[in-house]
Amino acid sequence: MLELKDLHKTFNPDTVNEKVALDGINLHLLPGDFVTVIGGNGAGKSTMLNAIAGTWFVDSGNIIIDGQDVTKLAEYKRASFLGRVFQDPMTGTAAGMQIEENLALAQRRGKIRGLRIGITSAERDEYREKLKILELGLEDRLTAKVGLLSGGQRQALTLLMATLKKPKILLLDEHTAALDPKTAAKVLEATERIVQKDQLTTVMITHNMKDAIAHGNRLIMMHEGHIIYDVKGEEKKGLHVKDLLAKFEEVSGGEFANDRMMLN
Amino acid sequence: MDILNLITALPGAAAQGLIWGIMAIGVYITYKLLDLADLTVDGTMCTGGAVCIMMMLKGYPVGISLLVAFLAGVLAGLVTGVLHTTLGIPAILAGILSQLGLYSINLRIMDNKANQAINVDKYDLLISLRYIKNVPVYKNTILIVAVLLLILITILYWFFGTEIGSAIRATGSNPNMSRAQGINTDVTKILGLMLSNGIVAFASGLYAQYQGFADINAGRGAIVIGLAAVIIAEVIFGKIQSNFAFKLMFVALGGVIYYLVLQVVLWLGLNANDLKLISAVIVAVFLAIPHLNAKRKGGAPNA
Repeated sequence: MLELKDLHKTFNPDTVNEKVALDGINLHLLPGDFVTVIGGNGAGKSTMLNAIAGTWFVDSGNIIIDGQDVTKLAEYKRASFLGRVFQDPMTGTAAGMQIEENLALAQRRGKIRGLRIGITSAERDEYREKLKILELGLEDRLTAKVGLLSGGQRQALTLLMATLKKPKILLLDEHTAALDPKTAAKVLEATERIVQKDQLTTVMITHNMKDAIAHGNRLIMMHEGHIIYDVKGEEKKGLHVKDLLAKFEEVSGGEFANDRMMLN
Repeated sequence: MDILNLITALPGAAAQGLIWGIMAIGVYITYKLLDLADLTVDGTMCTGGAVCIMMMLKGYPVGISLLVAFLAGVLAGLVTGVLHTTLGIPAILAGILSQLGLYSINLRIMDNKANQAINVDKYDLLISLRYIKNVPVYKNTILIVAVLLLILITILYWFFGTEIGSAIRATGSNPNMSRAQGINTDVTKILGLMLSNGIVAFASGLYAQYQGFADINAGRGAIVIGLAAVIIAEVIFGKIQSNFAFKLMFVALGGVIYYLVLQVVLWLGLNANDLKLISAVIVAVFLAIPHLNAKRKGGAPNA
């Protein structure tokens, strides 16, 4: 479903700020795979997701989604294959627009936008039903401006928008990191429900190792632009946080204690 | 200071205010909906009038002349849009470049003259400062501009509810999210700039008819007047819960209020040459208020 072949990306090449962000990333995901991604700051996790999303083009390598090479496809064109939820709750929604308008924008991802009406009444009923999945009461607030919602509500809405039209790949970039623990758990629950229901191929970055173990059927750890650890299936189920910590300390040479990674 | 002088001047001020209200709706589209400050309008606020008057002088009917004026503005918006998106020039600078280039083009349109007059008695003008009083109601300039304004607001209300209109609004609200939802934000920005400048040029065509001449300096400081109308609307009507159509209406009313206040200030004996300075100061103050308020409350400044 998703194939990354030897991706390389260097930011600010030939300057003092030169940073090799991706240094030969190879990854192959099957349809329905749910992979969690962990790693310290600057490991290249978000960079990998942005490369898939097409925020900028990679220096070399290939990105193949469902058999189609999208390496040189513009971000807005690639969007038809992808659902994305970002870390910052402000990023994924248009604050000045209503809940239903945001959903209508997502509904038209990958379609040519013309002079048809921006939102039909049939859609409204559909959105009301789908918002119920989130269990946040948003189904009664269709015309509320998104800017009035809490971070958790916005994040849940973004998640629904990302999956409204079944994406080939769902990209979650620490989408619960900016939320309080209770809300984070709720959004993560909703994520699991939606991913299971539609059997979505998912890449989820997280700083929470427990979450990384508890969710998905595969786990990869990144460090300095490489994938350094890759476990699947039964082996992944048997993982413990201390295994990951040991692994991480092994590659990072003990600097781990200072890292932002969550230990609980 | 005869109060009668003021009262007789008010209808004319209202008519001018309405015309500038149309122009301000153009500014609203870029400044508020797209979140771009587009200075092209200082050029297009002359271009529209130049095109309209020259075409009418050549014998074209007023409707066609206004339509071509609109299209000329659309073209100018396209240039700014391409400079900004395809060529990556910051929006403000792209607007300034278009505006500067338009100065020469405007002169060309006006046969290399700084001013082209049109005789209201010889040509069939849609509106004129002579049609304010002592004319049949259906010829009254204030009424005609008001009707045009309502038609424009109706069209825009429909357009910004369509898929492409929603995409333009989304682009202004959150460009990253828009791209993630498959919107080509370069295209939506260009479309918004084209529409905005088309409307401004249309207003310019009306204004030139109203005054009875096209003038090379007609657009100088137009952006500031447009912004003033947008800001007045926000300050006075901002608290009212209203839909998009009413928001546009309030912007147009902002233009009327601006001209009425101007008239009062002039009547109080102020030198007309100082007007631009006063306008600039007023707009600067109102732009600064939200920022200063946020600072005072200790919140994050969000200007």
